[in-house]
Amino acid sequence: MSQKQQPERVRGLTAIDGAMALVVLLLIVQIWLLSATLETYLEGHQETALPAAIASGILFLACTGLYLYVEALDRRARKH
Amino acid sequence: MPPLHAPDPEPLWREEVPIFEADERYVSRRQLTKFLTLTSLGMFIGNLWIAFRSWLHRAPSYPVCSVAQLDELPLGGVKIFQYPTRNDDCILVHRSDDEYVAYSQKCTHLSCAVYYERETDRLACPCHRGFFSARDGSVLQGPPPRPLPRVTLKRRGPELIALGIQPGKEA
Repeated sequence: MSQKQQPERVRGLTAIDGAMALVVLLLIVQIWLLSATLETYLEGHQETALPAAIASGILFLACTGLYLYVEALDRRARKH
Repeated sequence: MPPLHAPDPEPLWREEVPIFEADERYVSRRQLTKFLTLTSLGMFIGNLWIAFRSWLHRAPSYPVCSVAQLDELPLGGVKIFQYPTRNDDCILVHRSDDEYVAYSQKCTHLSCAVYYERETDRLACPCHRGFFSARDGSVLQGPPPRPLPRVTLKRRGPELIALGIQPGKEA
């Protein structure tokens, strides 16, 4: 790889940083969701468990999408 | 005057360390993103597990059994009984002429046994000075995070019958 390609890779890094920040944000929401669900479950309120599981699944899918995006960026950068 | 030596296209250090910093960051960030995504999967599995447990125990069935005779408890009296299993201690309190209440005896903080304070009409946990209202089991003071679960009681002739357990209600 020549030095001319470096700025493009650095731009790719910025995109990856953004994706990572989003993944971290989603993960924080998911951790909060799990702790809140566990707390309400232990209180005996079981009606929140299913909606929370669905929301957590959506967050996981979003994380997976962002990870695939990072993979694609990485693959594209390697081709250049 | 032409230079004696043509400049090298790449410096020597680049030949010896042929790794770009950006390349290295790509790999480490990709791996970190993969790790974060796997952690997200773990959180999802945790939520699924809770949902599965909720589905399994969505309608718990409790035995119906006699816990005390009405004349057995004087006003302000207390009786410890086991419900719904032999390992679940509960406390029955005769609060007023017509009012009997029963709660799980396990403090919702760290499961110490609570006792009834007649003077203040509250249930106290001696371990960390947590207090619950004897009226509805709600937390009055201290570290307990949740109210005491309440045993549903019913009068049948001269005895008190336990029908089930309700989660404690917030004050």
